[in-house]
Amino acid sequence: MIEVRLFATFREGRDKIVYLEPEQASCPADVLDHLKIPHEEVAICLINGFHSKLSDPVKDQDVLALFPPVGGG
Amino acid sequence: MKTSYNGKLARINLSTGEIKVEQLDMELATKFIGGRGLGTKMLYDEGVATVDPLSEDNKLIYITGPMTGTASPSAGRYMVVTKSPLTGMIASSNSGGVWGARLKYAGWDALIVEGKAPEWTYINVSDDKIELLSAKDYVGMMSEEADAKLKEVHPGCSVLNIGPAGEHLSLLAAIMNDKDRAAGRSGVGAVMGSKNLKAITVTATAKVVEPFDAAKLKEATKACNQKIRENGVTGGGLPTYGTAVLVNIINNTGSFPTKNWQESYYPEADDISGETLKDTYLVKNAACHRCPIACGRVIKVGDKVVGGPEYEPLWAYGGNCGLHDLNAIDEANMWCNEYGLDAISTPCTIAAAMELFDKGYIKEEECDGIPLAWGSSEAIVEWTKRMGEGKLPLAKLMADGSYRLCEHYGHPEFSMSVKKQEMPAYDARGIQGIGITYATSNRGGCHVRGYLISPEVLGLPEQLDRTTTEGKAQWCKIFQDLTAAIDSMGLCLFSSFALGAPDYAALLNAGTGTEYTAEELLTVGERIYNIERLFNKAAGMKPEDDRLPKRLTEEPISSGPSKGQISQINVTLPQYYEVRGWENAFPTKETLERLGLAE
Repeated sequence: MIEVRLFATFREGRDKIVYLEPEQASCPADVLDHLKIPHEEVAICLINGFHSKLSDPVKDQDVLALFPPVGGG
Repeated sequence: MKTSYNGKLARINLSTGEIKVEQLDMELATKFIGGRGLGTKMLYDEGVATVDPLSEDNKLIYITGPMTGTASPSAGRYMVVTKSPLTGMIASSNSGGVWGARLKYAGWDALIVEGKAPEWTYINVSDDKIELLSAKDYVGMMSEEADAKLKEVHPGCSVLNIGPAGEHLSLLAAIMNDKDRAAGRSGVGAVMGSKNLKAITVTATAKVVEPFDAAKLKEATKACNQKIRENGVTGGGLPTYGTAVLVNIINNTGSFPTKNWQESYYPEADDISGETLKDTYLVKNAACHRCPIACGRVIKVGDKVVGGPEYEPLWAYGGNCGLHDLNAIDEANMWCNEYGLDAISTPCTIAAAMELFDKGYIKEEECDGIPLAWGSSEAIVEWTKRMGEGKLPLAKLMADGSYRLCEHYGHPEFSMSVKKQEMPAYDARGIQGIGITYATSNRGGCHVRGYLISPEVLGLPEQLDRTTTEGKAQWCKIFQDLTAAIDSMGLCLFSSFALGAPDYAALLNAGTGTEYTAEELLTVGERIYNIERLFNKAAGMKPEDDRLPKRLTEEPISSGPSKGQISQINVTLPQYYEVRGWENAFPTKETLERLGLAE
């Protein structure tokens, strides 16, 4: 399973965590399409804690964390 | 010539009661802008670097920037500049709210407070009239109650004050203004307490600061406001979730210090996140003077409605104390505001005490019925109050910060501090550049003197690899220099998520009549960073004070996404000194000459 963690406004109308079968997504872009999140709304995409592109590969057991533009200090 | 400076400051001697009006030195103001820069330059020139910080020889400068109170976005900031009793070096603590703008409207750029009042006193500023009044009726009061009582005496005023922590000279004491805004760091509240100064009230008739070129300022402000509105962080993330939205981001990179930095990933972090705060205790947003962002939180704590926690206390009381009870964190944060305590260093010191307790150095019998156990909601609330009171022996020790506490128990290495000031909420093992900021910050452990989290984690203005060292020294210098300029102008640093150096130069030029390019503005920021360093050198700083705690350089992160990583500050620090033009932590003669600081 791929664990997809959603944060901030991505949680509106969705669960905080979504699990996908590896066959359902080969990259974060596939995950976004599955969840109906426009690609341009993603500011930070982490795969296992590291910044990644939407075209980078995801595989079974990966943790994907998706954030819209957010910041602070 | 019209300019957004008032051109006037007051020198108030609390020992003699003398109040002198002085003209602002415009040549110095042009070179150091105002706020943090000009305040430090004045303090340095007046020989304050070598004094005992809690003696009457220390001076407190409350200073606005040239943009404070103007129509510029987020133009509500002022600085408290003094010699820190916590670090023994420069302190410049920044705060928002409305107090700074009111001081400007009353006709002053700065108040320089000297000496020590024979009895508890407060300063009342009412336009051009300044008077010293007895504060005996307010001593011992919590900050919010004193704020309310002083408003009854001076209707319509804005109040800056210290709570009980500043009165008993806690080295973690903050200066509060407008109830829940704080010049929080470096123990500036203790300096105020050491002078028997409880509060400064300000009432102003004027509601506007006239800039050099009103049309140009209006145009620059309009352009900046549009960028702030359209930026995803300043126009969306910050207003919706506040700074607390960082909890989940930083935790998911495995850089969320946990249990006094023994770990760096906290599985329960979502329970204390900005998202959860919004869904539970949030009442509404709060905005400082003329701020289009409104990142402040107003929350419910029991039946009270109070200022809510920022990211830093959520982390420091939360993961760093091994705790995910959001209600307890909200309450502890409220007590920081009421007692007037730094909401970063106070919980970090509790976390250090919890490690000392866990390892058997602090004994249960010292805890007076409330063990300093990891994850204890009761401990974070009650020990915050105890530190604010400063009566119980262990609490009195803790109220002077983690370094002195850990040193007392023979283990200073458990203090996660730089220059004796606690580091904030980003693990420099997982995020390499922020370690340079921590190590070289002139005011000790601090994130907002060069917020490399922006490029290393948030991807602004571009995404850097957080795990590498390449180029980070140069990035750090640029961020430090721009921040020094923004802080000195009287604007909020958060505007920089949307704005860049050209925007700030345009605002400053319209306000004051300077003709700075973006590059020249960065050079002014560099000059400010270097004058702070000269102050520290005169105060006795040593090269080895630019160091990170051993835990960051010797203990790899034990679990989570950044497992195995360690700070490479040994690589980045020499690179940083090279890009700064420093040798052994201090500016070279050539650097000082280039910046116009040679003596």
